[in-house]
Amino acid sequence: MDGMGPYDPTVDFPEGPAIAEIAADGNVKPWRPLHVSRRNFLRGVVCSGIVIGGSSYLFSTATPARADVRGVERMMSLTVNGKTRRVDVAPNETLGYTIRYRLGLTGTKIGCNQAECGACTVMADGRTIYSCSTLTHRMRGINIVTVEGIAAPDGTLHPVQRAFIEEIGPQCGFCTPGQVVAAVALLNSNPNPTEAEARVAMSGNLCRCGAYDHYMRGIMKAAREG
Amino acid sequence: MSDVMHNFELYQPNSLQGAADLLDEFDDAWIIAGAKDSLGWFKDRVKQPAVVVDLGGIPELAGIEPTDDGGVYIGAATTLTDVSESTLVKERFQILSVAASNVASPQIRNSGTIGGNISQDTRCVYYRDGFPCYRAGGNTCYANTPTAMNREHALFEVSRCVAVTPSDTAPAMVALGAIMIIRRDGEEMEVPASEYFIGPEIDITRMTVLEPGDILLGIRIPGEWANARHYFEKIADRNTWDFALVSVTMVAKVAGGAIGDVAMVCGGVQCTPRRLTEVEDVIRGEVPGPEMENLVRRVASRGAKPLNFNHFKVPLMENLAARAVRSLA
Repeated sequence: MDGMGPYDPTVDFPEGPAIAEIAADGNVKPWRPLHVSRRNFLRGVVCSGIVIGGSSYLFSTATPARADVRGVERMMSLTVNGKTRRVDVAPNETLGYTIRYRLGLTGTKIGCNQAECGACTVMADGRTIYSCSTLTHRMRGINIVTVEGIAAPDGTLHPVQRAFIEEIGPQCGFCTPGQVVAAVALLNSNPNPTEAEARVAMSGNLCRCGAYDHYMRGIMKAAREG
Repeated sequence: MSDVMHNFELYQPNSLQGAADLLDEFDDAWIIAGAKDSLGWFKDRVKQPAVVVDLGGIPELAGIEPTDDGGVYIGAATTLTDVSESTLVKERFQILSVAASNVASPQIRNSGTIGGNISQDTRCVYYRDGFPCYRAGGNTCYANTPTAMNREHALFEVSRCVAVTPSDTAPAMVALGAIMIIRRDGEEMEVPASEYFIGPEIDITRMTVLEPGDILLGIRIPGEWANARHYFEKIADRNTWDFALVSVTMVAKVAGGAIGDVAMVCGGVQCTPRRLTEVEDVIRGEVPGPEMENLVRRVASRGAKPLNFNHFKVPLMENLAARAVRSLA
Protein backbone atom coordinates (compact mmCIF):
# COMPACT_ATOMS: atom_id res chain seq x y z
CA MET A 1 0.00 0.00 0.00
CA ASP A 2 3.03 2.22 -0.49
CA GLY A 3 2.55 5.48 -2.23
CA MET A 4 -1.13 5.79 -1.42
CA GLY A 5 -2.20 9.01 0.17
CA PRO A 6 -5.18 9.61 2.32
CA TYR A 7 -8.53 8.33 1.02
CA ASP A 8 -9.93 10.60 -1.63
CA PRO A 9 -13.48 9.79 -2.71
CA THR A 10 -13.15 11.69 -5.98
CA VAL A 11 -10.29 9.52 -7.21
CA ASP A 12 -11.26 6.42 -9.18
CA PHE A 13 -10.49 2.92 -7.96
CA PRO A 14 -6.83 1.95 -8.53
CA GLU A 15 -6.11 -0.21 -11.55
CA GLY A 16 -5.49 -3.91 -11.40
CA PRO A 17 -7.17 -6.96 -9.95
CA ALA A 18 -8.38 -6.68 -6.39
CA ILE A 19 -9.72 -10.19 -5.80
CA ALA A 20 -9.10 -13.18 -8.05
CA GLU A 21 -12.02 -15.47 -8.82
CA ILE A 22 -12.00 -18.99 -10.31
CA ALA A 23 -14.35 -19.10 -13.27
CA ALA A 24 -16.40 -22.18 -14.21
CA ASP A 25 -13.83 -23.24 -16.83
CA GLY A 26 -11.05 -23.25 -14.23
CA ASN A 27 -9.34 -20.08 -15.44
CA VAL A 28 -8.43 -17.44 -12.94
CA LYS A 29 -10.60 -14.43 -13.64
CA PRO A 30 -9.32 -11.13 -12.33
CA TRP A 31 -12.09 -9.31 -10.59
CA ARG A 32 -12.20 -5.60 -10.96
CA PRO A 33 -14.67 -3.19 -9.64
CA LEU A 34 -16.92 -1.39 -12.06
CA HIS A 35 -14.90 1.53 -13.29
CA VAL A 36 -17.32 4.22 -12.21
CA SER A 37 -16.25 7.11 -10.06
CA ARG A 38 -18.53 8.31 -7.31
CA ARG A 39 -18.94 11.60 -9.15
CA ASN A 40 -20.06 9.95 -12.38
CA PHE A 41 -22.29 7.54 -10.53
CA LEU A 42 -24.09 10.39 -8.79
CA ARG A 43 -24.44 12.23 -12.09
CA GLY A 44 -26.06 9.15 -13.58
CA VAL A 45 -28.47 8.76 -10.68
CA VAL A 46 -29.53 12.39 -10.81
CA CYS A 47 -30.07 12.37 -14.58
CA SER A 48 -32.04 9.12 -14.64
CA GLY A 49 -34.14 10.41 -11.75
CA ILE A 50 -35.02 13.49 -13.75
CA VAL A 51 -35.95 11.38 -16.74
CA ILE A 52 -38.09 8.97 -14.74
CA GLY A 53 -39.73 11.64 -12.62
CA GLY A 54 -40.27 14.02 -15.51
CA SER A 55 -41.71 11.42 -17.80
CA SER A 56 -44.41 10.59 -15.29
CA TYR A 57 -45.53 14.22 -15.48
CA LEU A 58 -45.21 14.46 -19.23
CA PHE A 59 -46.65 11.15 -20.32
CA SER A 60 -49.06 10.17 -17.55
CA THR A 61 -52.62 9.64 -18.64
CA ALA A 62 -54.18 8.74 -15.29
CA THR A 63 -55.80 11.70 -13.60
CA PRO A 64 -55.89 11.24 -9.84
CA ALA A 65 -59.39 12.54 -9.21
CA ARG A 66 -62.53 13.71 -10.92
CA ALA A 67 -62.70 17.46 -11.45
CA ASP A 68 -65.79 17.86 -9.27
CA VAL A 69 -64.49 15.74 -6.40
CA ARG A 70 -61.34 17.11 -4.92
CA GLY A 71 -59.33 16.54 -1.82
CA VAL A 72 -59.28 19.10 0.96
CA GLU A 73 -58.06 22.62 0.28
CA ARG A 74 -54.76 23.20 1.99
CA MET A 75 -55.73 26.68 3.16
CA MET A 76 -58.06 26.43 6.11
CA SER A 77 -59.32 28.54 9.00
CA LEU A 78 -58.17 27.32 12.36
CA THR A 79 -59.51 28.76 15.61
CA VAL A 80 -56.92 28.52 18.35
CA ASN A 81 -57.31 30.29 21.69
CA GLY A 82 -60.15 32.42 20.33
CA LYS A 83 -58.26 33.68 17.29
CA THR A 84 -59.15 32.48 13.84
CA ARG A 85 -56.24 32.30 11.44
CA ARG A 86 -55.81 31.17 7.85
CA VAL A 87 -53.22 28.41 7.78
CA ASP A 88 -51.67 26.38 4.99
CA VAL A 89 -52.03 22.80 6.19
CA ALA A 90 -50.94 19.62 4.41
CA PRO A 91 -53.54 16.82 4.26
CA ASN A 92 -51.34 14.55 6.37
CA GLU A 93 -50.52 17.16 8.99
CA THR A 94 -51.39 16.63 12.62
CA LEU A 95 -52.81 19.33 14.84
CA GLY A 96 -49.78 19.18 17.12
CA TYR A 97 -47.49 19.95 14.20
CA THR A 98 -49.67 22.80 12.97
CA ILE A 99 -49.93 24.39 16.40
CA ARG A 100 -46.21 24.21 17.06
CA TYR A 101 -44.61 24.80 13.70
CA ARG A 102 -47.13 26.86 11.74
CA LEU A 103 -48.70 28.92 14.52
CA GLY A 104 -45.60 29.01 16.71
CA LEU A 105 -47.49 28.01 19.85
CA THR A 106 -44.75 25.83 21.22
CA GLY A 107 -46.31 25.39 24.65
CA THR A 108 -47.93 22.21 23.37
CA LYS A 109 -45.31 19.47 23.46
CA ILE A 110 -45.11 16.46 21.21
CA GLY A 111 -43.88 13.59 23.36
CA CYS A 112 -44.54 10.13 22.01
CA ASN A 113 -46.32 11.28 18.82
CA GLN A 114 -48.56 8.20 18.99
CA ALA A 115 -51.40 9.03 21.40
CA GLU A 116 -49.79 7.41 24.41
CA CYS A 117 -48.34 10.13 26.63
CA GLY A 118 -50.67 13.14 26.72
CA ALA A 119 -48.03 15.88 26.49
CA CYS A 120 -49.78 17.18 23.36
CA THR A 121 -53.22 17.40 24.98
CA VAL A 122 -55.36 20.32 23.80
CA MET A 123 -59.05 21.09 24.15
CA ALA A 124 -61.30 20.80 21.12
CA ASP A 125 -64.71 22.29 21.88
CA GLY A 126 -63.98 21.75 25.57
CA ARG A 127 -62.97 18.10 25.26
CA THR A 128 -59.38 16.96 25.58
CA ILE A 129 -57.76 15.34 22.56
CA TYR A 130 -54.26 14.26 21.60
CA SER A 131 -53.17 16.88 19.08
CA CYS A 132 -50.37 14.61 17.83
CA SER A 133 -52.91 12.08 16.60
CA THR A 134 -55.56 14.33 15.12
CA LEU A 135 -55.52 15.53 11.52
CA THR A 136 -55.63 19.32 11.46
CA HIS A 137 -58.23 19.26 8.70
CA ARG A 138 -60.55 17.51 11.14
CA MET A 139 -60.56 20.69 13.24
CA ARG A 140 -62.52 22.96 10.89
CA GLY A 141 -65.00 25.04 12.86
CA ILE A 142 -63.80 23.64 16.16
CA ASN A 143 -62.60 25.80 19.00
CA ILE A 144 -59.12 24.74 20.06
CA VAL A 145 -57.58 25.80 23.34
CA THR A 146 -53.90 25.17 23.96
CA VAL A 147 -51.96 25.76 27.15
CA GLU A 148 -51.26 29.32 25.97
CA GLY A 149 -55.00 30.02 26.09
CA ILE A 150 -55.48 28.88 29.69
CA ALA A 151 -54.25 31.97 31.52
CA ALA A 152 -56.29 35.18 31.33
CA PRO A 153 -55.33 37.66 28.55
CA ASP A 154 -53.75 39.95 31.17
CA GLY A 155 -51.47 37.14 32.28
CA THR A 156 -53.34 36.15 35.43
CA LEU A 157 -52.76 32.45 35.92
CA HIS A 158 -55.63 29.96 35.98
CA PRO A 159 -56.27 28.47 39.45
CA VAL A 160 -54.95 25.13 38.13
CA GLN A 161 -51.68 26.75 37.06
CA ARG A 162 -51.32 28.52 40.42
CA ALA A 163 -52.05 25.32 42.31
CA PHE A 164 -49.58 23.34 40.19
CA ILE A 165 -46.89 25.89 41.06
CA GLU A 166 -47.75 25.84 44.75
CA GLU A 167 -47.88 22.06 44.93
CA ILE A 168 -44.68 21.76 42.82
CA GLY A 169 -46.49 19.77 40.16
CA PRO A 170 -43.90 20.03 37.39
CA GLN A 171 -40.54 18.41 37.92
CA CYS A 172 -38.96 18.35 34.47
CA GLY A 173 -42.04 20.09 33.12
CA PHE A 174 -42.37 18.37 29.77
CA CYS A 175 -45.76 16.83 30.52
CA THR A 176 -47.04 19.95 32.31
CA PRO A 177 -48.79 21.67 29.36
CA GLY A 178 -50.82 18.52 28.80
CA GLN A 179 -51.50 18.11 32.50
CA VAL A 180 -52.69 21.73 32.77
CA VAL A 181 -55.06 21.41 29.80
CA ALA A 182 -56.46 18.09 31.01
CA ALA A 183 -56.98 19.46 34.53
CA VAL A 184 -58.67 22.63 33.27
CA ALA A 185 -60.97 20.59 31.01
CA LEU A 186 -61.89 18.44 33.99
CA LEU A 187 -62.70 21.41 36.24
CA ASN A 188 -64.67 23.09 33.44
CA SER A 189 -66.99 20.11 33.17
CA ASN A 190 -66.88 19.06 36.82
CA PRO A 191 -65.88 21.89 39.20
CA ASN A 192 -65.83 19.66 42.29
CA PRO A 193 -64.43 16.29 41.28
CA THR A 194 -63.72 13.52 43.73
CA GLU A 195 -60.16 12.30 43.73
CA ALA A 196 -61.25 9.14 41.92
CA GLU A 197 -62.93 11.18 39.18
CA ALA A 198 -59.86 13.37 38.88
CA ARG A 199 -57.60 10.33 38.54
CA VAL A 200 -59.75 8.96 35.72
CA ALA A 201 -59.79 12.34 33.96
CA MET A 202 -56.01 12.63 34.25
CA SER A 203 -55.32 9.01 33.32
CA GLY A 204 -54.47 9.93 29.73
CA ASN A 205 -51.41 11.96 30.74
CA LEU A 206 -48.12 10.33 31.61
CA CYS A 207 -45.49 11.96 33.84
CA ARG A 208 -42.09 10.33 33.61
CA CYS A 209 -40.94 12.08 36.79
CA GLY A 210 -43.81 10.36 38.55
CA ALA A 211 -45.20 13.55 40.06
CA TYR A 212 -48.77 12.28 39.80
CA ASP A 213 -49.59 12.92 43.44
CA HIS A 214 -48.30 16.48 43.16
CA TYR A 215 -50.55 17.11 40.18
CA MET A 216 -53.44 15.44 41.96
CA ARG A 217 -52.97 17.66 45.02
CA GLY A 218 -52.83 20.65 42.69
CA ILE A 219 -56.11 19.73 41.04
CA MET A 220 -57.90 19.20 44.34
CA LYS A 221 -56.50 22.50 45.59
CA ALA A 222 -57.61 24.33 42.46
CA ALA A 223 -61.07 22.78 42.82
CA ARG A 224 -61.30 23.97 46.43
CA GLU A 225 -59.93 27.45 45.86
CA GLY A 226 -60.86 27.96 42.17
CA MET B 1 -40.83 4.60 16.38
CA SER B 2 -43.27 6.74 14.66
CA ASP B 3 -42.57 8.89 11.69
CA VAL B 4 -44.08 11.68 9.66
CA MET B 5 -47.00 10.27 7.74
CA HIS B 6 -46.73 9.58 4.03
CA ASN B 7 -48.45 11.98 1.64
CA PHE B 8 -52.04 11.16 0.93
CA GLU B 9 -55.02 12.84 -0.64
CA LEU B 10 -57.59 13.60 2.06
CA TYR B 11 -61.29 13.75 1.28
CA GLN B 12 -63.84 15.00 3.79
CA PRO B 13 -67.30 14.35 2.36
CA ASN B 14 -70.17 15.88 4.30
CA SER B 15 -72.85 13.51 3.06
CA LEU B 16 -73.19 9.76 2.93
CA GLN B 17 -73.74 9.84 -0.82
CA GLY B 18 -70.57 11.88 -1.27
CA ALA B 19 -68.64 9.33 0.75
CA ALA B 20 -70.11 6.44 -1.22
CA ASP B 21 -69.19 8.11 -4.51
CA LEU B 22 -65.62 8.58 -3.34
CA LEU B 23 -65.35 4.96 -2.26
CA ASP B 24 -66.72 3.87 -5.63
CA GLU B 25 -64.14 5.95 -7.41
CA PHE B 26 -61.09 4.96 -5.39
CA ASP B 27 -60.81 1.22 -4.90
CA ASP B 28 -57.99 1.52 -2.40
CA ALA B 29 -59.45 4.36 -0.32
CA TRP B 30 -58.84 4.11 3.41
CA ILE B 31 -61.70 5.17 5.66
CA ILE B 32 -61.07 7.11 8.85
CA ALA B 33 -63.44 8.67 11.37
CA GLY B 34 -61.70 9.08 14.72
CA ALA B 35 -58.48 7.96 13.00
CA LYS B 36 -57.02 6.69 16.25
CA ASP B 37 -56.13 3.29 14.82
CA SER B 38 -55.34 4.54 11.32
CA LEU B 39 -52.84 7.28 12.20
CA GLY B 40 -50.79 4.67 14.05
CA TRP B 41 -50.60 2.59 10.89
CA PHE B 42 -49.66 5.66 8.83
CA LYS B 43 -47.04 6.93 11.24
CA ASP B 44 -45.40 3.53 11.38
CA ARG B 45 -45.38 3.66 7.57
CA VAL B 46 -46.80 0.16 7.46
CA LYS B 47 -49.96 1.18 5.61
CA GLN B 48 -49.64 3.94 3.04
CA PRO B 49 -52.96 4.43 1.26
CA ALA B 50 -52.95 7.13 -1.42
CA VAL B 51 -56.51 8.21 -0.69
CA VAL B 52 -57.98 8.73 2.77
CA VAL B 53 -61.69 9.41 3.22
CA ASP B 54 -62.67 11.04 6.50
CA LEU B 55 -66.24 10.15 7.51
CA GLY B 56 -66.09 12.14 10.76
CA GLY B 57 -67.89 15.11 9.24
CA ILE B 58 -71.03 13.27 8.11
CA PRO B 59 -73.82 14.32 10.49
CA GLU B 60 -76.06 11.26 10.01
CA LEU B 61 -73.29 8.93 11.15
CA ALA B 62 -73.17 10.35 14.69
CA GLY B 63 -75.78 10.30 17.40
CA ILE B 64 -77.67 8.03 19.75
CA GLU B 65 -81.41 7.50 19.42
CA PRO B 66 -83.96 5.32 21.20
CA THR B 67 -85.70 2.66 19.12
CA ASP B 68 -89.29 1.50 19.40
CA ASP B 69 -88.45 -1.92 20.82
CA GLY B 70 -86.75 -0.40 23.87
CA GLY B 71 -83.29 -0.54 22.39
CA VAL B 72 -80.96 2.11 21.01
CA TYR B 73 -79.45 3.02 17.67
CA ILE B 74 -75.89 4.34 17.78
CA GLY B 75 -74.34 6.03 14.76
CA ALA B 76 -70.98 4.49 13.86
CA ALA B 77 -69.08 7.78 14.17
CA THR B 78 -70.38 8.54 17.68
CA THR B 79 -67.41 9.04 19.97
CA LEU B 80 -66.78 6.57 22.76
CA THR B 81 -67.21 9.36 25.33
CA ASP B 82 -70.65 10.14 23.92
CA VAL B 83 -71.57 6.45 24.17
CA SER B 84 -70.29 6.02 27.72
CA GLU B 85 -71.87 9.27 28.98
CA SER B 86 -75.19 8.96 27.16
CA THR B 87 -78.05 8.80 29.68
CA LEU B 88 -80.03 6.71 27.22
CA VAL B 89 -77.27 4.11 26.95
CA LYS B 90 -76.76 4.15 30.72
CA GLU B 91 -80.47 3.65 31.34
CA ARG B 92 -80.90 0.77 28.96
CA PHE B 93 -77.49 -0.85 28.43
CA GLN B 94 -75.21 0.08 31.29
CA ILE B 95 -72.82 -2.64 30.16
CA LEU B 96 -72.06 -0.79 26.93
CA SER B 97 -71.43 2.43 28.84
CA VAL B 98 -69.01 0.62 31.15
CA ALA B 99 -67.24 -1.12 28.28
CA ALA B 100 -66.87 2.13 26.32
CA SER B 101 -65.46 3.92 29.37
CA ASN B 102 -62.78 1.23 29.67
CA VAL B 103 -61.34 1.87 26.23
CA ALA B 104 -57.84 3.40 26.08
CA SER B 105 -57.60 6.86 27.69
CA PRO B 106 -59.99 9.86 28.06
CA GLN B 107 -58.42 11.73 25.17
CA ILE B 108 -58.72 8.73 22.87
CA ARG B 109 -62.33 8.17 23.93
CA ASN B 110 -63.06 11.83 23.14
CA SER B 111 -62.16 11.37 19.49
CA GLY B 112 -62.26 7.61 18.87
CA THR B 113 -65.56 6.29 17.56
CA ILE B 114 -67.64 3.29 18.51
CA GLY B 115 -67.68 2.01 14.92
CA GLY B 116 -63.91 2.27 14.79
CA ASN B 117 -63.50 0.58 18.13
CA ILE B 118 -65.44 -2.51 17.19
CA SER B 119 -63.94 -2.67 13.68
CA GLN B 120 -60.32 -1.96 14.62
CA ASP B 121 -57.49 -4.14 13.44
CA THR B 122 -55.67 -6.54 15.72
CA ARG B 123 -52.72 -5.46 17.87
CA CYS B 124 -50.40 -8.40 17.13
CA VAL B 125 -46.97 -6.77 17.42
CA TYR B 126 -45.55 -8.64 14.46
CA TYR B 127 -48.43 -7.66 12.22
CA ARG B 128 -48.33 -4.05 13.45
CA ASP B 129 -44.59 -3.82 12.88
CA GLY B 130 -45.10 -4.64 9.22
CA PHE B 131 -43.91 -8.25 9.20
CA PRO B 132 -45.15 -10.01 6.03
CA CYS B 133 -47.31 -12.43 7.98
CA TYR B 134 -50.40 -14.33 6.85
CA ARG B 135 -52.65 -11.45 7.85
CA ALA B 136 -50.51 -9.03 5.86
CA GLY B 137 -50.72 -11.26 2.78
CA GLY B 138 -47.60 -13.35 3.42
CA ASN B 139 -47.19 -17.03 4.23
CA THR B 140 -45.78 -17.19 7.76
CA CYS B 141 -46.97 -16.47 11.27
CA TYR B 142 -44.21 -14.79 13.23
CA ALA B 143 -46.13 -14.93 16.51
CA ASN B 144 -46.55 -18.70 16.60
CA THR B 145 -42.93 -19.84 16.61
CA PRO B 146 -40.95 -21.37 19.51
CA THR B 147 -39.27 -18.10 20.41
CA ALA B 148 -41.98 -15.62 19.47
CA MET B 149 -43.40 -13.22 22.04
CA ASN B 150 -47.00 -14.33 22.06
CA ARG B 151 -48.30 -13.68 25.55
CA GLU B 152 -51.05 -11.48 24.10
CA HIS B 153 -52.16 -13.96 21.47
CA ALA B 154 -55.00 -16.40 20.99
CA LEU B 155 -56.16 -19.50 22.85
CA PHE B 156 -58.96 -20.56 20.53
CA GLU B 157 -59.90 -21.02 16.89
CA VAL B 158 -56.39 -20.50 15.57
CA SER B 159 -56.03 -20.91 11.84
CA ARG B 160 -52.49 -19.91 10.80
CA CYS B 161 -52.98 -16.46 12.43
CA VAL B 162 -52.96 -16.27 16.25
CA ALA B 163 -54.05 -12.63 16.61
CA VAL B 164 -56.91 -11.66 18.95
CA THR B 165 -59.66 -9.07 18.93
CA PRO B 166 -58.45 -6.01 20.86
CA SER B 167 -61.82 -4.29 21.25
CA ASP B 168 -63.53 -3.73 24.60
CA THR B 169 -66.90 -2.87 23.12
CA ALA B 170 -67.07 -5.68 20.54
CA PRO B 171 -67.78 -8.36 23.20
CA ALA B 172 -70.58 -6.15 24.57
CA MET B 173 -72.07 -5.94 21.06
CA VAL B 174 -72.03 -9.72 20.73
CA ALA B 175 -73.51 -10.18 24.21
CA LEU B 176 -76.29 -7.66 23.51
CA GLY B 177 -77.09 -9.21 20.13
CA ALA B 178 -76.41 -5.94 18.30
CA ILE B 179 -77.18 -5.54 14.61
CA MET B 180 -74.59 -3.81 12.45
CA ILE B 181 -76.03 -1.69 9.66
CA ILE B 182 -73.71 -1.60 6.67
CA ARG B 183 -74.02 0.27 3.41
CA ARG B 184 -72.77 -1.79 0.48
CA ASP B 185 -73.30 -0.88 -3.19
CA GLY B 186 -75.88 1.76 -2.30
CA GLU B 187 -77.98 -0.65 -0.26
CA GLU B 188 -78.26 -1.11 3.46
CA MET B 189 -77.71 -4.53 4.90
CA GLU B 190 -77.99 -5.78 8.45
CA VAL B 191 -75.46 -8.12 9.98
CA PRO B 192 -75.79 -9.53 13.49
CA ALA B 193 -72.72 -8.96 15.69
CA SER B 194 -72.15 -12.71 15.93
CA GLU B 195 -71.52 -12.77 12.17
CA TYR B 196 -69.93 -9.33 11.85
CA PHE B 197 -66.66 -10.43 13.41
CA ILE B 198 -64.84 -13.03 11.34
CA GLY B 199 -61.89 -15.26 12.14
CA PRO B 200 -58.89 -16.18 10.01
CA GLU B 201 -60.71 -19.29 8.79
CA ILE B 202 -63.08 -17.07 6.82
CA ASP B 203 -60.71 -14.28 5.79
CA ILE B 204 -57.27 -13.98 7.30
CA THR B 205 -56.72 -10.37 6.22
CA ARG B 206 -59.86 -8.92 7.82
CA MET B 207 -61.37 -8.78 11.29
CA THR B 208 -64.92 -7.98 10.18
CA VAL B 209 -67.20 -8.62 7.22
CA LEU B 210 -66.56 -5.06 6.00
CA GLU B 211 -65.14 -5.08 2.49
CA PRO B 212 -63.39 -2.21 0.75
CA GLY B 213 -66.06 0.32 -0.14
CA ASP B 214 -68.41 -0.67 2.68
CA ILE B 215 -69.46 1.89 5.26
CA LEU B 216 -70.58 0.88 8.74
CA LEU B 217 -73.52 3.24 9.29
CA GLY B 218 -74.52 2.36 12.80
CA ILE B 219 -75.33 -0.23 15.40
CA ARG B 220 -78.84 -1.14 16.46
CA ILE B 221 -79.11 -2.78 19.83
CA PRO B 222 -82.43 -4.56 20.30
CA GLY B 223 -84.31 -4.04 23.55
CA GLU B 224 -83.98 -7.68 24.58
CA TRP B 225 -81.28 -7.06 27.19
CA ALA B 226 -82.40 -3.62 28.36
CA ASN B 227 -81.89 -3.18 32.11
CA ALA B 228 -80.41 -6.67 32.45
CA ARG B 229 -77.86 -7.51 35.15
CA HIS B 230 -74.37 -7.13 33.77
CA TYR B 231 -70.70 -7.64 34.51
CA PHE B 232 -67.65 -6.25 32.75
CA GLU B 233 -64.04 -6.76 33.71
CA LYS B 234 -60.97 -6.06 31.67
CA ILE B 235 -57.51 -7.25 32.62
CA ALA B 236 -54.63 -5.41 30.94
CA ASP B 237 -51.02 -4.65 31.81
CA ARG B 238 -51.91 -1.00 32.35
CA ASN B 239 -55.21 0.49 33.43
CA THR B 240 -55.10 3.18 30.75
CA TRP B 241 -54.36 2.89 27.03
CA ASP B 242 -53.75 -0.80 27.09
CA PHE B 243 -55.69 -3.46 25.26
CA ALA B 244 -57.28 -6.30 27.18
CA LEU B 245 -55.27 -9.44 27.83
CA VAL B 246 -58.61 -11.01 28.68
CA SER B 247 -61.92 -9.27 29.22
CA VAL B 248 -65.28 -10.70 30.21
CA THR B 249 -68.66 -9.20 29.40
CA MET B 250 -71.88 -10.69 30.70
CA VAL B 251 -75.55 -9.78 30.59
CA ALA B 252 -78.01 -11.88 32.55
CA LYS B 253 -81.62 -11.92 33.64
CA VAL B 254 -82.10 -13.05 37.19
CA ALA B 255 -85.52 -14.00 38.55
CA GLY B 256 -86.15 -15.36 42.03
CA GLY B 257 -82.44 -15.90 42.66
CA ALA B 258 -82.02 -18.14 39.62
CA ILE B 259 -80.28 -17.13 36.42
CA GLY B 260 -82.60 -16.91 33.47
CA ASP B 261 -81.23 -16.07 30.08
CA VAL B 262 -77.56 -15.18 30.01
CA ALA B 263 -74.90 -14.18 27.47
CA MET B 264 -71.21 -14.26 28.37
CA VAL B 265 -68.49 -13.16 25.96
CA CYS B 266 -64.73 -13.08 26.32
CA GLY B 267 -62.44 -10.64 24.55
CA GLY B 268 -58.72 -11.08 23.93
CA VAL B 269 -58.70 -14.87 23.63
CA GLN B 270 -59.67 -15.40 20.00
CA CYS B 271 -59.73 -13.48 16.75
CA THR B 272 -63.39 -12.70 17.35
CA PRO B 273 -65.20 -12.07 20.63
CA ARG B 274 -65.69 -15.56 22.10
CA ARG B 275 -69.15 -16.46 23.29
CA LEU B 276 -68.83 -18.84 26.27
CA THR B 277 -71.79 -21.00 25.32
CA GLU B 278 -70.69 -23.88 27.56
CA VAL B 279 -70.69 -21.60 30.59
CA GLU B 280 -74.08 -20.22 29.61
CA ASP B 281 -75.50 -23.75 29.34
CA VAL B 282 -74.12 -24.68 32.74
CA ILE B 283 -75.52 -21.69 34.61
CA ARG B 284 -78.83 -21.12 32.84
CA GLY B 285 -81.69 -21.82 35.21
CA GLU B 286 -79.40 -22.43 38.18
CA VAL B 287 -78.85 -20.50 41.41
CA PRO B 288 -75.39 -18.94 41.63
CA GLY B 289 -73.11 -20.13 44.41
CA PRO B 290 -69.61 -21.47 45.12
CA GLU B 291 -70.44 -24.81 43.55
CA MET B 292 -71.51 -23.14 40.35
CA GLU B 293 -68.34 -21.06 40.31
CA ASN B 294 -66.23 -24.22 40.39
CA LEU B 295 -68.24 -25.68 37.57
CA VAL B 296 -67.84 -22.50 35.55
CA ARG B 297 -64.09 -22.55 36.13
CA ARG B 298 -63.95 -26.05 34.71
CA VAL B 299 -65.80 -25.33 31.50
CA ALA B 300 -64.86 -21.70 30.79
CA SER B 301 -61.60 -22.39 28.96
CA ARG B 302 -62.45 -25.83 27.61
CA GLY B 303 -60.69 -26.39 24.30
CA ALA B 304 -58.03 -23.75 24.89
CA LYS B 305 -54.74 -24.38 23.08
CA PRO B 306 -52.21 -22.01 24.67
CA LEU B 307 -49.09 -20.90 22.80
CA ASN B 308 -45.65 -20.67 24.41
CA PHE B 309 -46.20 -17.59 26.54
CA ASN B 310 -49.93 -17.22 27.02
CA HIS B 311 -50.78 -20.09 29.35
CA PHE B 312 -51.61 -17.50 31.99
CA LYS B 313 -54.70 -16.55 30.00
CA VAL B 314 -56.35 -19.90 30.79
CA PRO B 315 -56.75 -19.44 34.57
CA LEU B 316 -57.33 -15.73 33.99
CA MET B 317 -60.26 -16.50 31.76
CA GLU B 318 -61.62 -19.11 34.17
CA ASN B 319 -61.44 -16.71 37.10
CA LEU B 320 -63.06 -13.88 35.18
CA ALA B 321 -65.96 -16.14 34.19
CA ALA B 322 -66.33 -17.26 37.81
CA ARG B 323 -66.29 -13.66 39.05
CA ALA B 324 -68.94 -12.71 36.52
CA VAL B 325 -71.17 -15.47 37.84
CA ARG B 326 -70.39 -14.49 41.45
CA SER B 327 -71.71 -10.98 40.73
CA LEU B 328 -75.15 -12.50 40.18
CA ALA B 329 -75.34 -14.08 43.64
